Amino acid sequence: MVNVMDLPEEEYIYPGTRACAGCGMALIYRIALKALGNKTLITVPASCLTVLHGMQGFCSTKISVYHTPFATTGAAASGILASLEDKGLADEITVLAFAGDGGTTDIGIQALSGAAERGTNFIYACYDNEAYMNTGVQRSGSTPLGVKTTTTPEGKYGHKKNMPKILEAHNIPYVTTGIASYPLDLYEKFKKAKDIYGPKYFHILSPCPPGWGYEPKDTILIGRLAVQTGFWILYEVENGILKLSKPSSRYLDPTKRKPIEEYLKTQKRFSQMTQQEIQVYKTYINEMWIDIERRIKSQEI
Amino acid sequence: MTVTEDNKMDIRDDIMILTGNHAAAHAFRQAKVGVVSAYPITPQSPVVEKIAEFIADGKLNARFVKVESEHSALAVCCAASATGSRVGTATSAHGLELMYEMLPWASGNRLPIIINLATRSLGAPWSVWTDHQDFITIRDVGWIQFMCETNQEIYDNNIQAFKIAEDPRVYLPVINAYDGYILSHTLMPVKLEKQKDVDDFLPPITHHINLSDISQIKGIDPVTTPHIVIREEGTAPGYYEYRFSLQKALENSINVIKEVHDDFAIRFGRSYGNGIYKAVETDDTDTIIFAMGSVASQSRIALKKFRSEGLKIGLVSLRLFRPYPSEELREFFKTKKNIIVFDRDIGYGYEGVLSYELKAALYGLNKRPNIKGFIVGLGGRDVKTEHIITGVRRALNDFEQGIFTNKTEFLGLRLDELRDYDESTYFKNG
Repeated sequence: MVNVMDLPEEEYIYPGTRACAGCGMALIYRIALKALGNKTLITVPASCLTVLHGMQGFCSTKISVYHTPFATTGAAASGILASLEDKGLADEITVLAFAGDGGTTDIGIQALSGAAERGTNFIYACYDNEAYMNTGVQRSGSTPLGVKTTTTPEGKYGHKKNMPKILEAHNIPYVTTGIASYPLDLYEKFKKAKDIYGPKYFHILSPCPPGWGYEPKDTILIGRLAVQTGFWILYEVENGILKLSKPSSRYLDPTKRKPIEEYLKTQKRFSQMTQQEIQVYKTYINEMWIDIERRIKSQEI
Repeated sequence: MTVTEDNKMDIRDDIMILTGNHAAAHAFRQAKVGVVSAYPITPQSPVVEKIAEFIADGKLNARFVKVESEHSALAVCCAASATGSRVGTATSAHGLELMYEMLPWASGNRLPIIINLATRSLGAPWSVWTDHQDFITIRDVGWIQFMCETNQEIYDNNIQAFKIAEDPRVYLPVINAYDGYILSHTLMPVKLEKQKDVDDFLPPITHHINLSDISQIKGIDPVTTPHIVIREEGTAPGYYEYRFSLQKALENSINVIKEVHDDFAIRFGRSYGNGIYKAVETDDTDTIIFAMGSVASQSRIALKKFRSEGLKIGLVSLRLFRPYPSEELREFFKTKKNIIVFDRDIGYGYEGVLSYELKAALYGLNKRPNIKGFIVGLGGRDVKTEHIITGVRRALNDFEQGIFTNKTEFLGLRLDELRDYDESTYFKNG
């Protein structure tokens, strides 16, 4: 287990990016690049990360970035890797794709599925702020039930897609979830992924002050609550074997979990939820955990 | 006589009997492409099947990314090109249309990617047969666009296309088109050049982006504002300046296209007119047919018929469609009197695209030739010599009577055979 002193001092993102104050994604990106180092090539589709990267003529990171149209992240990463293989550099350089939840669960799912199925040796990180934040908070396939967005003023119908499970179904060597509130856990996972051959998928919850409706100072707190209430489960699936990550392991016991209301009440986007919907949430969280528990038990056999 | 794979021409070792698709694949092999990415579509698929076979047999050392859509195919090509490899693909019709979003991405980034396009009509209704609608529809995205007439030209032009695309004065993507089935699936003798000679002509790519050199940190295609960005580290152009440079690169590419064509002709002994268009029997006449691809090929036969009847008609077969060679065409047509244009495409709601673009190009001439356009052969309807002859006669008759119109005339329509045809119920009943 790394401690905070083990994190490299080197920063790969220049200060003064255009990300919003308190942006969860900016933290995730910072941690990921620290773990992967500068022998990396990054591809980014249209997303908040495009905003972070700023304007023409300059690069906001100390690592080259290839911006690509919304639907193409998985394909662009495949193209970069194919060219590195062509040039005999694929063993030296890590290919990192970094996309939002809309670019991953909706418009980019086809290209990502293709890249995963082909066994592409790359890391795909989805930072999930649970809506199209860059275009003004429209609902995505990753928006949770009941959330108010600009296209769901009545609250969103249905739960978010379980994207890590979809990627698991591609039989790839590594699938994991993460959150910037537990930076060492996230750092270690990127470090580990770097040395695994094949497609690696990260699904990282990314609290978003303007989109979720909370003060920028609360990003870390809200992320912790997501984990502590059991809404966001940190785990890894390595070659099909699921393992709870340390920050989440104690919440396998339902009595340890904080009530979901504590998470929901911190954000304006949940403000109109009914008691009935909150009850649905409780069932949903419970079922996610039962599923995890069942899997862990079956692995023991 | 049926020509089969076993029935290769024995005249010279290096002449093979190839389909247009396989001619393109052989050119990719000899150009030593580094990355190919493609998705199956009729009538293109044999290009990439052959490439897969070359790679499996160790005859080509390339990465073939077998993607889940054409949109991804061109996205892979763009990223691989930006990373520094020589890159190409092939597609048709709906595949090209699905790539559409990535086409201006490639040209805007000035990525020297080659697409082989086995032309095919666009649905609906479904059709797998040729016309030039797919080729025409993408004319405004900033690619260099060629149309070939023979399988040898497909091979030759692919090798030239890489050289043109990768020229530092150009850095642009190229579409190399040929008629689906008529060329894509038809066997013709094709001379393949010696690998050493191809290598001499086409050295390895030097890429202006080359992300694989990680010592150079680059942000490719961030948000580009309408303004010039000025910072301590330097200035960066606005979107407007980027697009101006794309237009300039296209305009400047005409000279490079001619230069590469002429160099190829000297080295390999084959030329295609002036590299821009092919003029056939035009010296002794002022009446010219203007067409491209399969329509130009069919027109060559019509020329012979006309000549046998004592009527001198010439042909200009357009090879370079984008950048549009308006200066070259103005120069050629300034002494001509009558032009009959045959389009295997249509700018729906207007007229054939070759027709209206030629009219626009010749507008500035002191003595403007008469021009009349016809639509032929959409969706693979046979373009027959008699259609060309009918068109020429009708046009000359119209010119004589001073009739000029943009109203489209379709040759080879067979409405009279549709005895029970009722348009109002036809579409309802599908």
